Amino acid sequence: MKRVSWIVPTLYIILLMLPIYWLLNMSFKTTNEILGAFTLWPRDFTFENYVTIFTDPTWYMGYVNSLLYVSFNTVLSVAVALPAAYAFSRYRFIGDKHLFFWLLTNRMAPPAVFALPFFQLYSAVGLFDTHIAVALAHTLFNIPLAVWILEGFMSGVPKELDETAYVDGHSFWGFFLKIFIPTIAAGIGVAMFFCFMFSWVELLLAKTLTAVDAKPISATMTRTASTSGYELGLLAAAGTLTIIPGAFVIYFVRNYIAKGFALGRV
Amino acid sequence: MTLELKSIGKSVGAEVHIHPTDLTLEAGSFNILLGTTLAGKTTLMQLMAGIERPTSGEVWFGGQNVTGVAVQKRNVSMVYQQFINYPNYSVFENIASPLRVARLPAAEIKKRVGDMAELLKLSAMLDRRPSELSGGQQQRTALARALVKDSDLVLLDEPLANLDFKLREELRDELPRLFSDRNCIVVYATTEPTEALLFGGNTATLMEGRVTQFGPTGDLYRQPNDLVSARVFSDPPMNVAPVRKTGSEIVFGGDVRWPAGERFQSLADGEYLFGVRPHHVTPMRKSDAAVPVEGRVLVTELSGSESVVHFEINDIPWVSQSHGIHAFDVGASATLYLDITEAFYFDGEGRRITTAAPQGH
Repeated sequence: MKRVSWIVPTLYIILLMLPIYWLLNMSFKTTNEILGAFTLWPRDFTFENYVTIFTDPTWYMGYVNSLLYVSFNTVLSVAVALPAAYAFSRYRFIGDKHLFFWLLTNRMAPPAVFALPFFQLYSAVGLFDTHIAVALAHTLFNIPLAVWILEGFMSGVPKELDETAYVDGHSFWGFFLKIFIPTIAAGIGVAMFFCFMFSWVELLLAKTLTAVDAKPISATMTRTASTSGYELGLLAAAGTLTIIPGAFVIYFVRNYIAKGFALGRV
Repeated sequence: MTLELKSIGKSVGAEVHIHPTDLTLEAGSFNILLGTTLAGKTTLMQLMAGIERPTSGEVWFGGQNVTGVAVQKRNVSMVYQQFINYPNYSVFENIASPLRVARLPAAEIKKRVGDMAELLKLSAMLDRRPSELSGGQQQRTALARALVKDSDLVLLDEPLANLDFKLREELRDELPRLFSDRNCIVVYATTEPTEALLFGGNTATLMEGRVTQFGPTGDLYRQPNDLVSARVFSDPPMNVAPVRKTGSEIVFGGDVRWPAGERFQSLADGEYLFGVRPHHVTPMRKSDAAVPVEGRVLVTELSGSESVVHFEINDIPWVSQSHGIHAFDVGASATLYLDITEAFYFDGEGRRITTAAPQGH
C-alpha cells in the first residue's frame, strides 16, 4: 500500500501540468514543427518566438496595456470598496440590505450585456481605446466583489475596536488608516487578488473598448492568423508569458488567501 | 470631577434602550452597574463615554455640559468584555497608543508605559503582538491602555467575563489596588451579584434599560427598594411567593403561617409578595423562628461544599442554597426551612414594605 501511495498524486499532477507543458513545449518550437509532426519536446529548439514578442511593440505593448489597466482597476476597485464595505459592516441605514444585494446583482449579468452600452458611452465621452475605459468597465464587476469580500472581513472585526480607538483619542481617519486597514490587510489582499484575476482574464470588454492604443494582450493573442499565416509558436510563447503575472500574484498572496478562506467569506 | 447624567435616555427608532436616567457619580468612586445581559449596561456606559449620543437629557462632567462633546475630546477610557487590542501594534504600542495621540514626548511615553507594564506584569511581553498573548495578558494589555492616560472616567464593561476562573479571581483582586491611588470615576459593569459585593463601592441595579436603584452596594443588597432591584441583586434568583396577611399572621399557600412580628404588625391585611434569598431557605433548621415548608424536589446541584436545591411548592419554583452536602431524590418530598426574619415583603406594585428600621442581612 505504502509503495503505491505516491502514484495517484503524481498522476494527478502530470494530468494537471500537461496543458501547461504543451504550451511551453510549443513556445520553443517553430510553427512548422508544430504543424508538421507530433513531438514531445522541441526538436528544433528556438527562442525566436520570445524574441519577436519582446522586440515587436504590437506584442509587448499588449502586456504593458493589460498590466496598466489591471493595476489601475485593482487599486480603484479596492479604494472605492473600502469605505463602502465599512459603511455596510458598521452602520444600519434605510435599504442597506437591498443596496448590498443590488451591488451583487451587477455580477450576475455576463459582461457581453454591457459591451454595447459601454462602447457607445465611452465613444461618446472620448474614452474609447484608453486604459481608463477598460479599468472603469471592469469596476462594474470588481467593486461589488471587493465590497462583498471586504464587508465579510470587516464584520469579523468587533465594533469595539473602533470605539476603543475613539476613546483613546484617535480620529476616524487616524483609526481607519493606521489601525483598521492593517487589521484587515488579509481581506484587502484577497479582494485585490480577485479584482486582479477578473480584470486580467476578462477578454470581451477589454477587446470591445480598445482598438490600438490600449489593446490588451489577450486581444492580441486571439489574433490567430496574420499576414504571414499561422504563427502558433508565437501564440504559445505569448500564452506562456501571460501565465506569469497571475502566477506571481498567486505566489505573493497565497498566505493571505489561505487566511481569507479561514476568516472571511471567500 | 463629578459625572452627572441628567435624565438621559436612548431610543433607537421605537425601541427604548435606556429610559430617562439620573445618576451622579463622584470622583474617586467605584461604581458597579449590575444587571442581566441586555439590561442596558453597555449602552449606559457608551452614553457616559460619549460613544453614543443620548436621544434626551444631558451629560455633565465636572460642572460642564459635555453632551455634544466627541469622545476623543473627553478624557475617558474603556475596557470591553472581548479582549480588544490593536492587532497590528505590539503590546508596547498598544499601551502607548493614547499617549501617542496626545503627542507626549517619547521619553515620557516610554517611562509611563514601562511603569504600567510593570504594574500589570506585562514587562516581559512588550515586544509581542496581542495575538501571541494569553487571554489574561490580552485583557491586562487593554487595562494598561485604559489606565496609562490618567482618564477622569474609566469604564470597565464586564472585563473579567471572558477570562477563566483562576485568572478572573486574580485580576479581580488586583483591580481595586489599581484604582486605589487614583481620583477617577470607575464604572464597572457585571452580571454577577457576587462580584458587586466583592468590590463594594456603589451599585446601580439595571433592568430593561432602567436604573432601578443606586446606592452603596451593601445597602442596596440589604435594603432593595423594590422587587426588581432585589431580583437583579440575587443569584441564584430570589424566591418570590404570594402571601396574605390576616391579623397578626402571614399565611402562605393556605397552611403555612407565621407571626407577622413587631415590624409588620401594623400592616394592613391583604395580599403581599414575600421574597427570601436562596441562602435563607435551608434543609437544616437554623433557628426557632424558621418556618418549615413542604416541597417537591426538582433538581439538586451539589458543588463541593455547597448544595443548591430546586424545588416547587404549589407549582411555584423555589431555590435553596446551603453549606454542606444535602442530597435529595428528584421528585421526593422535602422539608425546608424559611428564615422569615430575613424575608422581604413587597406590595402589589413591587415596592418593598419598610414599616420599621431594617435589620441586618
